[in-house]
Amino acid sequence: MKTFPIGGVHPSANKLSSAKAIEVLPLPEVVTIPLAQHIGAPAVAKVAKGDKVLTGQLIAEAGSFMSANIHSPISGTVTAVDLVPNGQGLRQMMITIKREGDEWAEGIDRSEQLVKACDLSAQEIIARIKAAGIVGMGGATFPTHVKLSIPAGKKAECVIINGVECEPYLTSDHRMMLEHGEELVVGVTILMKAVGVEKAYIGIENNKPDAIEHLSKIAAQYKGIEVVPLKVRYPQGGEKQLIAAVTGRQVPPPPALPIDVGAVVCNASTTYAVYQAVQKGMPLIQRVVTITGKNLKEPKNLLTRMGTPVSALIAAAGGLPEDAGKVINGGPMMGRAMVNLDSPVTKGCSGITVLSERDARRHESSQCIKCAKCVAACPMGLEPYYLSKMTQKKNWDELEARMITSCIECGCCQSTCPAYLPLLDWVRLGKQTVMGRIRARAAAAAPKK
Amino acid sequence: MEVLLYTILTLCVLGVLAAVILYFVAQKFRVEEDPRIDEVEKMLPGANCGGCGFAGCRGMADALVKRDDISELFCPVGGGDCMKAIAGYLGKAAAEKQPEVATVRCGGTCEKRPRTNEYNGVKSCAVAASLYVGETGCAFGCLGFGDCVAACAFDAIHMNPETGLPEVDPDKCTACGACVKACPKMVIELRKKWPKNRAVYVSCVSKDKGAVVMKACKAGCIGCGKCEKVCAFGAITVENNLAYIDPQKCKLCRKCVNECPTGAIKLVGMEPLPKEPKAPAAPKAAPAATKEPNHES
Amino acid sequence: MANKLLVAPAPHVQTSQSTARIMRDVVIALMPALVVSTIVFGVDVLRVTAISVAACVVFEFLIQKYVVRGPLTVSNWSAVVTGVLLAFNLPASIPWWIVLIGAFVAIAIAKMTFGGLGKNPFNPALVGRVFLLVAYPVQMTTWPMPVQNGAFDALSGATPLAAVKQGIAGPDALGVQDLLLGNMPGSLGEVAALALLVGFAYLLWRRVITWHIPVTILVTMAVFAFLVALCSGESGAMLWQLPLFHVLAGGAILGSVFMATDYSTSPMTVKGGVIFAVGIGVITMLIRLWGAYPEGMSFAILLMNACVPLINKYVQPKRFGVK
Repeated sequence: MKTFPIGGVHPSANKLSSAKAIEVLPLPEVVTIPLAQHIGAPAVAKVAKGDKVLTGQLIAEAGSFMSANIHSPISGTVTAVDLVPNGQGLRQMMITIKREGDEWAEGIDRSEQLVKACDLSAQEIIARIKAAGIVGMGGATFPTHVKLSIPAGKKAECVIINGVECEPYLTSDHRMMLEHGEELVVGVTILMKAVGVEKAYIGIENNKPDAIEHLSKIAAQYKGIEVVPLKVRYPQGGEKQLIAAVTGRQVPPPPALPIDVGAVVCNASTTYAVYQAVQKGMPLIQRVVTITGKNLKEPKNLLTRMGTPVSALIAAAGGLPEDAGKVINGGPMMGRAMVNLDSPVTKGCSGITVLSERDARRHESSQCIKCAKCVAACPMGLEPYYLSKMTQKKNWDELEARMITSCIECGCCQSTCPAYLPLLDWVRLGKQTVMGRIRARAAAAAPKK
Repeated sequence: MEVLLYTILTLCVLGVLAAVILYFVAQKFRVEEDPRIDEVEKMLPGANCGGCGFAGCRGMADALVKRDDISELFCPVGGGDCMKAIAGYLGKAAAEKQPEVATVRCGGTCEKRPRTNEYNGVKSCAVAASLYVGETGCAFGCLGFGDCVAACAFDAIHMNPETGLPEVDPDKCTACGACVKACPKMVIELRKKWPKNRAVYVSCVSKDKGAVVMKACKAGCIGCGKCEKVCAFGAITVENNLAYIDPQKCKLCRKCVNECPTGAIKLVGMEPLPKEPKAPAAPKAAPAATKEPNHES
Repeated sequence: MANKLLVAPAPHVQTSQSTARIMRDVVIALMPALVVSTIVFGVDVLRVTAISVAACVVFEFLIQKYVVRGPLTVSNWSAVVTGVLLAFNLPASIPWWIVLIGAFVAIAIAKMTFGGLGKNPFNPALVGRVFLLVAYPVQMTTWPMPVQNGAFDALSGATPLAAVKQGIAGPDALGVQDLLLGNMPGSLGEVAALALLVGFAYLLWRRVITWHIPVTILVTMAVFAFLVALCSGESGAMLWQLPLFHVLAGGAILGSVFMATDYSTSPMTVKGGVIFAVGIGVITMLIRLWGAYPEGMSFAILLMNACVPLINKYVQPKRFGVK
C-alpha cells in the first residue's frame, strides 16, 4: 500500500464522529464574516452598515488576484463593518450581519438533483470558482482559482483529491465523501477539465474503507479517475506528502510548488464546493464542520453557515464539558487553540476539537536526550532538535542552510518528543524569521535590477 | 638520563621550528589595518551589545574610522561624552544625542488586567505573539514572558513577579535598544532621560476603542483626550484612541497626570500636583498616588 | 467550565513515551540477562548490580543537588540504566569498592561534568568500565567460573575470547548452545546472548531503539571474521564458526544492543548510525584479532562515540524533495 517516503507518526485517530451523518445546524441569528479568511490579500467589503443582504450575495470582493470573494451566508441587515476579535483574540476586520429570515440571492440552484454534464471551458470554470470565493477547505485556505490557473511554462499532469483527513478527531471530509460522493466525483471531472488533464487520483487512508469502496464504485463510471488507498500515517494529508504518496514524485524545497511536479491537489470538501459553484451557482457560504472531543456529549458533523459562532456548534454538541481545557479550531496536530469562542466558523475550519484539561496540558519539558525521534519523525527530512536549538541561539544563517523553510509545521517532531520539548514552537518562530529575512533580501535586491 | 636529555632536546627543536614557521606565516598573511581602529575600540565601552547597529564594538570602531561622516553613528552605551572623545581623536564631528532610557509603556498589572486564559506554550513573547492575543484581553500590552529581559546585556530590566510586567533600572539602562527590538508588541520605547530619572509618559499602547480597553484593562488609555486639552505645551497628541506624550515638548508640568481618568499616565520620580479641591475623591486618590513614586525611586 | 482555557501552539498531543518510560524499558530489557547471569554466577551478580545501581543513583542525586544545583532529574531512571550496564561489564567477583569507584567515574566524570543526560559524549557505563580495566586490571580480568561448571576445566578463569586469544582454545571449543545460554566465564551481562536478544526484541517492540545500529555492528563483525577466516585459508566449518563465535562471545551483543544505541552517544540519523556501527564492528574485530586486549567492544564504542559529533555534522538526513 502506498504512503509518503520519509518520517511520519501515528497519533491515536479518535475519529469519534465518523459514523454520524451530517446534520444541518440551525441558522445563527448573527454572523460575523472576517474579510481575511484565506491566504493572500483580504477581501474588500462591498457593503456598509445598514445594508440589506441576501443569502449568497457578494459582500466582499477579492482584494487582488491572490484573494477570494466572500458572500453573505444569511439574509439580513449589516450591523457593522469593524474590528472584531477572532478565535485567537486578535482584532480582524469583520462584517456583522443580523439575520432576517433566509432569502436567497437569485441564480443559486439549491435542489439536490445531480448535474453531471459540464460543457464550460476551462476559463469559464475557473471564473465561476473565483466568483464563488472558493478556497482550500482543508485548513490552508489557498484560493482555489489561483491554484487552478496554471502558470505559463508549467503543465499539470494530474489532479489529486485529498480525502486523507489524517488529522486526528476530524471526520468532515470522510462524511462528505460518503454522503456526497456522486457530486464530489463530478467535481473531480470539473477540476480535470479546468486544468486540462486526463488523470485524477482520490487519495484516501485505509482507515476509511467505506469511503474507499463508495468512491471506487462511483469513480468506475468515469474515465481517468482512480481511488488510491493509502497506508495510515500522519501527515499524509499534507500536500507534498500526498503527492509523494500517490505519484512517487517529491516536490522540491520552496519556492517550488506542487505544479512543478505536475500535480494539482484539492481537498475533498473543496472539490464538493467546486461542484456546487460550477454546476449550481452556489457560492462558498457553508461547510461541514466536525465538532468533537472525548468529553463532549455528542460529537457531530454539522453543515454550518460561515460566520456562525463556534459557541453555537459547541452548544449543539451538548455544551462545553466541565473539564474542558482547550478548544481547538481544527484538529489536535495542527489546529489553533482558541480563546474567543464567539468567533466565527470560517472557510478553512474543518472541525472544532475540545480537549480535556488533562489531555490538553503539556507535560513538563526536560532536557534533550538526543534520541533522534524527531529526526526520524520529520516528513520533510529536517533535524527539528537542531533547528529548535539554533532558533534559540538566533543563528538564522545556519537555520536557512539546514532548510528550515521546508518545515510544514505538521507537529510530528514535538508530538513524538520523549523530553516534551517545545520543538515546533521554536522551529515555527525560526521559520518565520528566516522567511522574513529571505523576503527582505529579495526586496533589497529588487531595485538594483 | 639520556632519555630525558633527548626528550628535552627534541621538544626544544620542535618549539623553535614551530616558532619560525609561525613567524613566516604571520608575515605572509598579515592584514594591514588602520591602528586607529584599535584605539577607537578601546575608547568604546566594549559591551558588544549591538545597540549601535553593528555586531560589536569592533564593527563600530571600524565604521567610525573609515567613514567621513560619522554624524549618524552613535554609541548609546558610551553616550555623548564617549562620542565626543572619539570624534576629537578622529578629528570628525560627533553626533549629539540626549541621554535616553528604555520605558515600558504598559500598566496592565495582574491586578488591573485580569488573565482570561492560560498560556501553556514555550515562554517566549515572540512565540506567543505570533500565536494569539496573549493571556489577557488586551491585544496590545505586555505579554509578560520576558523576551526583553533575555535581550538585555546590562541586567537593567527585570520581570516583577507581582505585576507580571518588566521594570527598567534607569541607572543600569544604557538605551542600547535591544529590549525595544526584542518586544514583539512594541511596548518599550526609548525616551528622553530626565535628571533624577524623572518621567511622565502614557503607560499604555492600546489602539483599541475606549470601551474595549476598559473591558480588558483598568489601567489602559481610552483615548478620551482630556490630557491633550490640559497640556499647555502641545506635547500630547491622541491618535488611534491612544495618547502620546512627546518627550521633547513635555516640561514635566504633571497637569495631565491628574486629568487621566484611568491612571494611564505614569509619573516617576516626582510628587503629583495637589488635586484641585473640586474633586471629592481627592483625599482618597492622593495617598495612593504619592505612594507610587516612593515605590519607584 | 471550571478553569481558564489553555492556549499553546500546535501540536496539542504529546507521546506517552516519556524519557523515564524509555529508560525504564531499557532496564526491563536488561532483566532477562540479569536473571540468566544470576543463575550462571550466583547471587554475587545481584550484589554487584545492586551496589552499582544504588551508587549511580546516589552519585547523580548528590551531584545534581549539591554541585550542579539545577533541576533534579534523577527520577528519569537514566542513572539506573547506567548502573545496570556498568554492573553488566564487571566480573561477579569484583570487590564492592571497585564498583563504587566505577560508578563514580561513570556518573561524576563521564556524565555530569558534561551536563548530564543527553550531553555526555561518551557512554558513562563504558567510561567507568574502561577506567576500572586500566586501574584495576587484575580484579577486572579475574572471571569467576559458572556455578554449575563441570565440563569447562579447559577454560578455567579465562573468557572464551581470552582463551582464543592466548591460544588455549580454538573458537570452536564452545558450542553455540553454551554461547547462547551463557555457560562460560565472563562479565555479568555479556554471557547470556539469548537473554540479551530477548531484551533486544523488547526494545524493538517498545520502539525504544531501531534495529540499524545493533544489526549493522553484528553483521560487520561477522563479515569481518568470515573474510579473515577466508584469507587465512580456513575452509568448511571454520568459515562460519569464526563469525558465529565472534558475534556470540564476549560483549558483542551487550555492546551493540545496549551500549552503542545509547541515544546521546550515537548519531542522530539512520545513515550516520550505520557508519557509526560499521566503525564499531571493524574496530572491535581489529582489537580482538590483533590488539593487546582479548575484547575490544568497549574501546570500539568509545572511539566511535568520539566521532559522533563529526558524523552528526556531515551526515544530514535525506531532505524531502532534494535529489
